[in-house]
Amino acid sequence: MVKTVEEINERIKKGEAVVLTAEEMTHLVREVGAAEASRKVDVVTTGTFGPMCSSGVFMNLGHSEPPMKMHRVWLNDVPVCADLAAVDIYIGATAVSDSEGMNYGGGHLIEDLLRGKWLKLRANAIPTDCYPRREIQTYINLASVNQAFLFNPRNAYQNYACATNGSDRTLYTYMGVLMPNFGNVTYSSAGELSPLLNDPYYRTIGVGTRIFLGGAQGYVAWQGTQHRPSVERTSRGIPVGPGGTLALIGDLKKMSPEFIKAARFHRYGVSLYVGVGIPVPVLDEEMALCTGVGNDEIYTYIYDYSEASRSRKPIRKVSYAELQSGKVEIMGKKAISAPVSSIRMARRIASVLKDWIKRGDFLLSEPVEALPQEGTLNTLDIREREDK
Amino acid sequence: MAKRRLVLTFPPEVVERPVVATLVKEFDVLTNILRAQVHEGEIGRMLVELEAEPENIKAAIRYLQEIRVVVEDAIKDIELNEESCIDCGACTAVCVPRALNISPPEWKLELNKERCILCGFCVDACPLRIISVRF
Repeated sequence: MVKTVEEINERIKKGEAVVLTAEEMTHLVREVGAAEASRKVDVVTTGTFGPMCSSGVFMNLGHSEPPMKMHRVWLNDVPVCADLAAVDIYIGATAVSDSEGMNYGGGHLIEDLLRGKWLKLRANAIPTDCYPRREIQTYINLASVNQAFLFNPRNAYQNYACATNGSDRTLYTYMGVLMPNFGNVTYSSAGELSPLLNDPYYRTIGVGTRIFLGGAQGYVAWQGTQHRPSVERTSRGIPVGPGGTLALIGDLKKMSPEFIKAARFHRYGVSLYVGVGIPVPVLDEEMALCTGVGNDEIYTYIYDYSEASRSRKPIRKVSYAELQSGKVEIMGKKAISAPVSSIRMARRIASVLKDWIKRGDFLLSEPVEALPQEGTLNTLDIREREDK
Repeated sequence: MAKRRLVLTFPPEVVERPVVATLVKEFDVLTNILRAQVHEGEIGRMLVELEAEPENIKAAIRYLQEIRVVVEDAIKDIELNEESCIDCGACTAVCVPRALNISPPEWKLELNKERCILCGFCVDACPLRIISVRF
């Protein structure tokens, strides 16, 4: 049975749409098959809640009297990006405090804003005729500023690599604490709940897709940075390891601190847990098959993070079913496998989005433009001079 | 046989005495040292698991208190702020005794204080910094 997004939206408006979470869909497809499931189900909701370092907030602070073209700006002693006109700033999630180092940073600023806290603003400038002010010190909060929107250049990774540590010392990474001698394996994907694993070739998710972001409605803005669709894929098209990514945008003022959380990875730095959920319309049997994917059909590679190189050799391939069992066989022994992203929260996001759609509060949108289906990544090479 | 997990704090003058050997020899208490920080001339701390007949454990604790060792139940010394926990599971990566555990179908972090050896690795591993260990 073939449906259009428009038809599905009509059913949502009438309160007739059948909506399942990605986990529920996996069960259904296994029970009745993809053809039958495509007839029964209109929308599948996905979710993920992991540390997403490439995140941040654009914000307009409002003009002071006399006005100022801010050049260097700090919030609670954390340097933020200025040099966007006079009073526009970007808070990068991984920025760290000048005074507290890795214990406080951009991620904490974003969570503190959502919690209604006041932040101490400090800035300086080179005075000009139209912007004479040289320095400022004041306090701001989310209500006092003008626009504040989350704009995350790289979120919702389609699968990710697993980390382990073959060296004889503990490693502190963005994948958590890695114990020596292959003592553990950490992974960071919601598996069968993860948005882009339910639409592996980006048929329904593209530029302009309306999504759940941080507890509010947001949008896919663009392909994410390091979007890399041309990777090894399984026979069902699922990337084995990191594949596509999304750049996401949404109104911070409407978000909730339940779905946006600051994180500090010991001796690595600050990051931000971001809650993302994307609805996938079940347009036909193929989309039913895609959204019916299970953890035993999603694979990734385990890498030894003690090899500090961009081209590490994988140790072995592993399924999410094995990773989620809590033990993984590596180098002839069973090691602890632990998640870094929250599956309970991923599930919660998928179920909140499901409720929104069932209540008619959230309509699906067709992509304005498709995401690239092909493409690899360039490296940053050390050149002695400009290439000819 | 009964088991008890205790944190013992030794005043400096007791640090040099063969306390554990006495527990084993005089009180017939199997003493498993799970963690220890003992330096000559300073306060020492030790996480022990005592295994013996209940009356022997009682007698051993009396002896420890007589020689001015502070005896506390170990389970009070790890705290997880459950309200703030997002159940990511990052702490379980470093918990070898499996005191912290996360698993399907609930994917909710569980803390079994009886299994904790107060190593403190989870304190650093928690991205939200909501676990505290006192040892």
